[in-house]
Amino acid sequence: MQRNPTKASWWRATGALVMSATVLTACAGGPSDVVGGERGASDAETTLTLVAFAVPEPGWSKVARAFEGTEEGKGVAVTGSYGASADQSRAVASGKPADVVNFSVEPDITRLVKAGEVNEDWNAGATKGVPFGSVVTLAVRPGNPKNIRDWNDLLRPGIEVVTPSPLSSGAAKWNLLAPYSWASNGGQDAAAGIGFVTELVSDHITLRPGSGREATDVFKQGSGDVLLAYESEALNFDLEYVNPPQTFKIENPVAVVSTSRHQEEATDFVNFQFTPEAQKLWAEANFRPVDPGVQADFVDKFPAPKRLWTIEDLGGWEQVDSQLFDKDNGSITKIYKQATG
Amino acid sequence: MTLSPLTRHIVRWIAIGYIAVLVVVPVGLILWRTLSPGIGSFFASISTPAAISALNLSLLVVAIVVPLNVLFGVPTALVLARNRFRGKSILQAAIDLPFAVSPVIVGAALILLWGSAGLFGFVENHLGLKIIFGFPGIVLACIFVTVPFVIREVEPVLHELGTDQEEAAATLGAQWWQTFWRITLPSIRWGLTYGIVLTVARTLGEFGAVLMVAANLPGESQTLTLLVADRYNRGAEYGAYALSTLLMTVAVLVLIAQVILDARRSRPAEPALGE
Amino acid sequence: MTAAVDEHGRRPGLIKPRYGSTSLRVGAATMWLSIIVLLPLAAILWQSAGGGWDAFWGAVTSPAALASFRVTLTIAAGVTVINTVFGLVVAWVLTRDEFPGKRLVDAVIDLPFALPTIVASLVMLALYGPGSPVGIQLQHTKWGVGIALLFVTLPFVVRSVQPVLLELDREVEEAAASLGANNYSIATRVILPALLPALLSGAGLAFSRAIGEFGSVVLIGGAVPGETEVSSQWIRTLIENDDQVGAAAISIVLLTISFAILVSLRTTGARVAKREEMAG
Repeated sequence: MQRNPTKASWWRATGALVMSATVLTACAGGPSDVVGGERGASDAETTLTLVAFAVPEPGWSKVARAFEGTEEGKGVAVTGSYGASADQSRAVASGKPADVVNFSVEPDITRLVKAGEVNEDWNAGATKGVPFGSVVTLAVRPGNPKNIRDWNDLLRPGIEVVTPSPLSSGAAKWNLLAPYSWASNGGQDAAAGIGFVTELVSDHITLRPGSGREATDVFKQGSGDVLLAYESEALNFDLEYVNPPQTFKIENPVAVVSTSRHQEEATDFVNFQFTPEAQKLWAEANFRPVDPGVQADFVDKFPAPKRLWTIEDLGGWEQVDSQLFDKDNGSITKIYKQATG
Repeated sequence: MTLSPLTRHIVRWIAIGYIAVLVVVPVGLILWRTLSPGIGSFFASISTPAAISALNLSLLVVAIVVPLNVLFGVPTALVLARNRFRGKSILQAAIDLPFAVSPVIVGAALILLWGSAGLFGFVENHLGLKIIFGFPGIVLACIFVTVPFVIREVEPVLHELGTDQEEAAATLGAQWWQTFWRITLPSIRWGLTYGIVLTVARTLGEFGAVLMVAANLPGESQTLTLLVADRYNRGAEYGAYALSTLLMTVAVLVLIAQVILDARRSRPAEPALGE
Repeated sequence: MTAAVDEHGRRPGLIKPRYGSTSLRVGAATMWLSIIVLLPLAAILWQSAGGGWDAFWGAVTSPAALASFRVTLTIAAGVTVINTVFGLVVAWVLTRDEFPGKRLVDAVIDLPFALPTIVASLVMLALYGPGSPVGIQLQHTKWGVGIALLFVTLPFVVRSVQPVLLELDREVEEAAASLGANNYSIATRVILPALLPALLSGAGLAFSRAIGEFGSVVLIGGAVPGETEVSSQWIRTLIENDDQVGAAAISIVLLTISFAILVSLRTTGARVAKREEMAG
């Protein structure tokens, strides 16, 4: 029986393609995307998945590597996923795999507590589950041409402010709580606070970046006159910045995911954040550390503002989040939905 | 209608100029940016561990999507070409649907169906099978967008072929699988290959739908296209260009394959009985 | 040809099942399409009705949704018009003209179709974004979105018109010319009407693709609300913000527009085909 030659060549071609594909897939991969890269990561016995908000990425890459050098961290590789805080939190609640979570604001961890993925006592310790933070700052163009010094400068006619959307970003909430606290004197005159935020959002904000990092990107690409951001973002991206006399203390929580299959390694990793070694790395990554010893070492880098409002001054996250940022009824959410949608 | 030489030249250069500016110049720019630091950096950039994982994942998805599409697509094409039945036009319309659906809507639809809060949320919540944020989600997204290809390439071939040879085989006593394997399949092989090539290209290139349903963890659940976006967002522009060049090469290979297959398809069908 | 007859004296015909009964195959095909295509779309429909009419209407008429519709539809319409005109020119040149390298141009046209959308976005950004070698900065502007959409919808009209132009009967044109018609009237009275169905079909496909496009505009557009945020991006934001009803509602609107276009294309195509059949 004479085989049709073109049919044979069809089989040959298909066979060759399948073979080459199989050979290619035999090469091992890994999470590292560094050229010439560290193959060590793919030899790890355990891989911890860290789901974090966007801003601390520079810090986590350093700290994760340092962890791998410690006793507890031997054989543990850390893969990081970074994105807008609330979006990431919702993703984990809907099933995105995670062993350790680090969000911008406490409500994003509370969501996971309610979903049964984080233990209720995650912040019961002395450290309250917060290994690092920052302050809200005003990042400006080189030379500060519009002479932005304080919150009321933002409301000058023609000033365009860049800040992310509070529906997806945690950084956005901090960014808006800072002027709110200043205008309302720590929440005492809520109407004045809301009035300020309304004018800010309606007249001076036109963009809706999804995360703190996206806001920085958009500002760097040329949009806006002033960026509301973490002090760490300004430092990490070489932006000229002004710390207003009254600003807000940013505290970013970290927690172990209770449904993780690597409880021990995850807990070790979280505990590592509070060691002086890790705290120093966080300070070097431009985040304000919580360890008093390390704080003393970096006191010049992180000057104390005249008045630093905290979430406790406003009554705690549970109250603030439901009053101001609730998806349907939050006062600030409503302003946002009306203005930029 | 004959145009004056001047008009002909003007029109020709308008057309060529449009194509050049719109397609050739930007694509050439990417190629130049990728290759000007040297071919070594190109290869280094596409062989990082994350890139290899992405390649593995993309190829694995292709390895599942293609056989499924062939397994279900060929019988569907047979049924459309050979039979009349009630609801045939609805089936035809359903097959064309993926062309009209935005990739983001594909992702949203899958999340609304298989997500933990979705219509079939019980699959994840009670059976523990993660579809969204898991591998099946990526596969389902890619199958959705590639459903029409094999069916639409095989159906017209079957239509043109007619059933003479199959009927002859039947009268000679061939069982249905013998007829299928020896007669039908060989005669549709070029159309089938064309459909498979399109399916592979589309699967490797799918972005919007996969972005929504995948966990996007480097080294684990990131396809090639997701890695391109990740690299760009991180500011690793060269890496993004390098990977894009790789994907562009695949696209060019697909176009070449299409040209070859077009030539094969337009040749009159060879008598399969001659084997 | 003598009809072959089986042992029961029946003649195997076209409709006789050959690989198992017809209904089994129809059932399998239907199940396949249902699970893969129809069920997810049904989930969108179900979810969009989940909050009742108020929630649906609220989502569809929110400031951001309306802004995104406006941006999406206007840019898509503009892009479709441009690519219809240029698509016609390119198809003309490819069928009626001869020059060295024509085959290459013909092959290049399919490239936007074969490229992953995110690669298309990067390609556009390289030339029209920051770091552009010619200093054009279109990122975050609707022109940037427009040019990206021009790129991805280029093949539709060209590929739609080409086969029809190829098959066009030159005799009618020659007859018209011999009767004294000038090029302009030949073009508008003979050629364009014959090409109209193909032009409309290509334009419809291009428009449908443009309103749903995501990957190629996501990098160059920057999702500026009211300027460059297209509806597909707004749907994605809604899904990430867990507003499932809103996302489903906006999806229904986009799907309805796409389906309406494709259905009308099918019916006009069928009607024109019938008219041509009757004209003999």
